[in-house]
Amino acid sequence: MSDLSQIVQFFFTGITIGSIYAMVGLGFNIIYNATGIINFAQGEFVMLGGMVMVWLTASCNLPLPLGFMLAVLIVTITGAAFERFAIYPLKKPPALILIIITLAGSIIFKGAAMLVWGKQTYSLPHFSGEEPLHLLGATILPQALWVIGILMAVVGLLAFFFNFTMLGKAMRACSVNPVAASLVGINVKRIVLLSFAMSAGIGAAAGIAFTPIVLMEFDRGALLGLKGFCAAVLGGLGNGTGAVIAGLLIGVLESFGTGYISSEYKDAIALGVLLAVLLVRPSGLMGSREAASLKEF
Amino acid sequence: MVKRYLPIVAFGCAAALLPLVCKDPYYLGILVFIGIYSIATMGLNLLMGYAGQISLGHAAFYALGAYTTGLLTAKYRVPFLPALVAAVIITAAIAYLIGMACLRLRGHYLAVATLAVGEIIFICLNAAVGFTGGPSGLAGIPSIEVGGFSFDSDFKMYYLVWSLFILLFLMTGNIINSRSGRALRSLHSSQTAAAAMGVNVISLKVQVFVLSAVYAALAGVLYGHSVTFISPQVSDLMFSVRLLTMIVVGGMGHLWGGVIGAALLTLLPEALSAFQDYEMVIYGSILLAMVMFLPDGLMGAFENLYKKMVKVVRARGNG
Repeated sequence: MSDLSQIVQFFFTGITIGSIYAMVGLGFNIIYNATGIINFAQGEFVMLGGMVMVWLTASCNLPLPLGFMLAVLIVTITGAAFERFAIYPLKKPPALILIIITLAGSIIFKGAAMLVWGKQTYSLPHFSGEEPLHLLGATILPQALWVIGILMAVVGLLAFFFNFTMLGKAMRACSVNPVAASLVGINVKRIVLLSFAMSAGIGAAAGIAFTPIVLMEFDRGALLGLKGFCAAVLGGLGNGTGAVIAGLLIGVLESFGTGYISSEYKDAIALGVLLAVLLVRPSGLMGSREAASLKEF
Repeated sequence: MVKRYLPIVAFGCAAALLPLVCKDPYYLGILVFIGIYSIATMGLNLLMGYAGQISLGHAAFYALGAYTTGLLTAKYRVPFLPALVAAVIITAAIAYLIGMACLRLRGHYLAVATLAVGEIIFICLNAAVGFTGGPSGLAGIPSIEVGGFSFDSDFKMYYLVWSLFILLFLMTGNIINSRSGRALRSLHSSQTAAAAMGVNVISLKVQVFVLSAVYAALAGVLYGHSVTFISPQVSDLMFSVRLLTMIVVGGMGHLWGGVIGAALLTLLPEALSAFQDYEMVIYGSILLAMVMFLPDGLMGAFENLYKKMVKVVRARGNG
């Protein structure tokens, strides 16, 4: 393999993984903007998406498109139920309590997944075959294009939602100032519910698209969530565009790091980036310094 | 004065006499673990209850302590005390760096950063096979030996662990009741007001975080030398969660809370035989239920109950 094809190969692998981190990062941002919470259960939604999809298609023999929609729907409902059950009943809980609640949620999801599906690793058939495409000497799986495509679809839908629909605008209003938003008649509690449902759904879609490439097991969520959080922080917490760019960037960094440095330490790369950002520029690439100093979660 | 020291003196006497009654090595072993976890939770409790911050990387500090003295004594034949000093310095230095990075920001960046550090240490312990033994762990850690005296039985470890616990408890109690302790408590209600009164908020938070990391490292050291074998599993996120649950069950911001939580949650798996598979769901549910319905933990609930009873008794006395 020539140098160029190797670079192209690493780049594409990185963009594929990065798309997943970007989607997880987007999920973090949606909840963060609506509630100011960092949702530690975000990664578990990705894991649940993959696992539910495997169960629907392998055990229930549903066709892929139907399974995809149903799996996303199931995880979306799970996310909404989690909000209704664990966050809605509390009146103005402090951030520390909210962090503990989402952390507890993540462990319950993980533990429940282990009880239901056991500790084994599951695979999922590729959406459109495993015949690789060739580009500049690099091989690209069609599934990688699916992952990137799903990221683009999610970004497109979110852009439309936040800019052109009443509900999306209401949600943005909430992120600017929840008290003022409720004064103009926006139901803030419902927006919070919606934010959990949406980010669970996005996480699930990411997990489903990713599973055919990397397989899925019950304890994958935490690390995926953490890397998605790296994307959110690097992009500037709360900044959607930033999360997507940062997610792709972290994916590419990780892929080149794996190829040229060491595969054993590959998971530490994204986390190292997170620590470096917190040390040097906590507002992230796209966030403003002033806004970051006012943020509290 | 008497009121303040009475509980710990009574506790100390009871702890000193307990092994004379309970000689079963199985129970003695469990009591040693409870002591170790109590030390680890004491620091985390200080951080959560007083500085209002949360660390999800305490398992990593615990592992750092265990691995530092474990490697130095088992592999390089360094005597225990210098190894202990090294463990404390390494942990404190790492905690200081993370603390400085995260605690100058508002919000709970510390939670995520400590989670990341925990994950990095877990990865490194697994990957550096030649140095740490990798996933198969580090075996043959010698007993703690100080000045020719070797703590080579559960009985001796019991006294070592609980003496250290009482020492740290007194120290922590003094910190809480000192000027810095009052400053710490002021952070909890309003950081801005505390800063306006001249409290150096950031430096204080960093100090508490470093102290809590050192407590965890000390607990890790005791753990490594009492079980003589450690694996990267000790730095797992689940262990941090376990410590966190102990504190939330016992009561955040109550010094005794950590001990009560540690005792209950160490005995629980012993009582339930099918615990292993359900561990995560059980811990998650306990954690969720406690913060939703009893956010002040058992100690907080006792305190409330006590206050109510005092009120009732007084009302009767007056009527």
